[in-house]
Amino acid sequence: MPSFVTAIRTAPTVALALLILPVLLGLAGVVAPAFGWHPALGGETWTLAHWQALGNTPGLVDMIRLSLFTGLASALATFGIVALCLATFLETRAFGAIRRLLSPLLAVPHAAAAIGLAFLLTPSGLASRLVSPWLSGWVYPPDYLFPGDSLGLALALGLTLKEIPFLLLMSLAALPQCRAGERLMMARALGYGRINAFLKGVLPALYPLIRLPLYAVIVFATANIEVAMILGPSTPPPLAVAVVRWLGDPDLAMRFQAAAGALLQLGVTAGALLIWWLGERLVSRLAAGWLRDGHRLRGERLGRGIGSLTTWLAIGVLVAALAGLILWSLAGYWPFPEAWPAPLTLHAWQQAATGLGDPLSSTVTIGLAATAIALVLTLGCLEAETHRRRPLGAGAQLILYLPLLVPQVAFLQGLVQWQAQIGLTAGWPAVMLGHALFVLPYTFLSLAESYRRQDPRWRQVAASLGASPANVFLRIRLPMLTAPILVAGAVGFAVSVGQYLPTVLLGGGRLTTLTTEAVNLASGGDRRLTAVYALFQLALPAIGFTLAMTLPRLWWRHRRQMLSGDTA
Amino acid sequence: MSTATLRLEEIVITHDGHPLIEVSASVAPGEVLTLMGPSGVGKSTLLAHVAGFLPLGFRASGHILLGDSDLGCLPPEQRRLGLLFQDPLLFPHLDVGGNLAFGMPAGGSRRQRREEVATALDDIGLAGFAERDPATLSGGQRARVALMRVLLARPRAMLLDEPFSKLDTGLRDEMRRLVFARVHRDGLPTLMVTHDRADAEAAGGPIIEL
Repeated sequence: MPSFVTAIRTAPTVALALLILPVLLGLAGVVAPAFGWHPALGGETWTLAHWQALGNTPGLVDMIRLSLFTGLASALATFGIVALCLATFLETRAFGAIRRLLSPLLAVPHAAAAIGLAFLLTPSGLASRLVSPWLSGWVYPPDYLFPGDSLGLALALGLTLKEIPFLLLMSLAALPQCRAGERLMMARALGYGRINAFLKGVLPALYPLIRLPLYAVIVFATANIEVAMILGPSTPPPLAVAVVRWLGDPDLAMRFQAAAGALLQLGVTAGALLIWWLGERLVSRLAAGWLRDGHRLRGERLGRGIGSLTTWLAIGVLVAALAGLILWSLAGYWPFPEAWPAPLTLHAWQQAATGLGDPLSSTVTIGLAATAIALVLTLGCLEAETHRRRPLGAGAQLILYLPLLVPQVAFLQGLVQWQAQIGLTAGWPAVMLGHALFVLPYTFLSLAESYRRQDPRWRQVAASLGASPANVFLRIRLPMLTAPILVAGAVGFAVSVGQYLPTVLLGGGRLTTLTTEAVNLASGGDRRLTAVYALFQLALPAIGFTLAMTLPRLWWRHRRQMLSGDTA
Repeated sequence: MSTATLRLEEIVITHDGHPLIEVSASVAPGEVLTLMGPSGVGKSTLLAHVAGFLPLGFRASGHILLGDSDLGCLPPEQRRLGLLFQDPLLFPHLDVGGNLAFGMPAGGSRRQRREEVATALDDIGLAGFAERDPATLSGGQRARVALMRVLLARPRAMLLDEPFSKLDTGLRDEMRRLVFARVHRDGLPTLMVTHDRADAEAAGGPIIEL
């Protein structure tokens, strides 16, 4: 069936177009308004006035400083914790437990994690209740500003907690590629302690393989919206949040300033990447001697201590934050400093039930549709690799990361400017495609390893038995890869559920999902209702992962080899 | 029933420009030609080339002819060559009957196909195994199912890539007898790659040392 092969071969083109076009069009769409040109809004002369207005914005320097600081600090903390966690736990029994916790923690939407963290650490939060009054002596909530501290420490902490699972997962995928196990064994046989063996023997080879994901972390952390709205300071907020505010300003002239702000954000993020890159150079210069100094046990105990402390602390805080959400959702009257709300009530859940229908159904339908598109394109790209008999080139890999390497607020805003200019209606289809753009990189990264590693003899046997390429794909490859395909789908669905900015901007503010509702509620005062929405937001990805784990077990309960997982 | 001769005409396989293997041979219907040699000499690559799966980085020249048809022009799925590896490679998501039916040409009612599967299983001493999970079979049983799956596809020639090397000694003799008996009975020209001299002797055909 040549038509199948032809169709499959177009998949990479379609996928790359889906990834490149919106980003480039979006960036183009933001440049003209930044310099005054946007006829639909009455801007018909080129001018620098909007840049001057931007420059005169009170607190602009603070906004930029906040973006840079929270972005770089959280990236550095994430990298440090992941490196020490791997050094401490790699090839130990505890590592299995950490590994199993990874996917569920990765699936927690940013907004839900941020809300949980805010409720945990706020002056009247669970953490201060637990130590009051017996230890702290507080009878009233103490007077400190957290979250929302003007330095952005709460924001950096929230970003770090959510990025650790992501970077850890990316590292785990890269470890076999750099033969980490053999390197570790070799170094330890030469008398290096666990920490020294990893830092000196494995990390230099691992780092280049996780550089792109790490850059994605920096980009995300310098330009994130929803975590910053929940945990960051509000006057002034980080730059990206300010840009979104200007964009939603009733005064249409602010749209021009928002466009200029988006370009500035692009520059700030690029600046953060540049600073990190210079840091890389410096460290590799400085570390050259350290790698060869022959010390095998220096700092071993300290490294292990910090490694296990930070790892368990990160997991513990996330879990406590999520547990706190459950308590808040069930709390009635809960005076400080009680650590347990009594009596428990379902009032907030009943209250939420009335308004939940629309956001819930749009979250699910958008998530399923975006994931389906992303999965079809991912499978098409991977199958095309088989027929072209070579994997994606370095350029294509980079394009795959493109939506993660350009600040969302910059190019999504450009797309909105296009919408206004061409008169396209904002709504479900636009939001769904926007989500697919961010889901695609994740489904691809999740599935690529299993797909490429599948023993080529399976399809050779099938073909030599007379099966056409389409039949080999549909009747052999897909069924044998059921489990990893479902996991990739669950990852994609979780990514879609967690999206905030694409929904708000491409939906024209008219489409609500669980995430947009949760973020909106978080800025209001009702903790109970906010907790319910955050828990729903959390439940959807959890259901997705549960299905991805259990469905293959049900389907293949009479096929032992399919359950053991050695079908790749 | 096949009566065509399999001919390899001046096959030269090169890897990144370096010549790897050169073969010219002719295999009559029902005859087994054995290619022997140490690993790394390129005998499995030759077999893969005949089947249509030349790995990336290799180039081949020459002609592969079966009767009058030039196999080199056909995609793998139209060559109709029975390929047996050292692993049985029964599809783990299908039951035993499903694996056999996968090999059978399309057509016929469901019932006819089911009966054909049942007959085939009976033929290899596995009557009633149609609904079994391949993972629950013994090594010898799996090897027999793999052979039958290939035969049901009505191949015009057989390609055997170290087909007995992973079997226990006792099973090995039994499988050799079974495979070669089928090859002779159906008149299939057969190309076998092995490093076990006993395989070559059991096959009873010409041997090319590489």
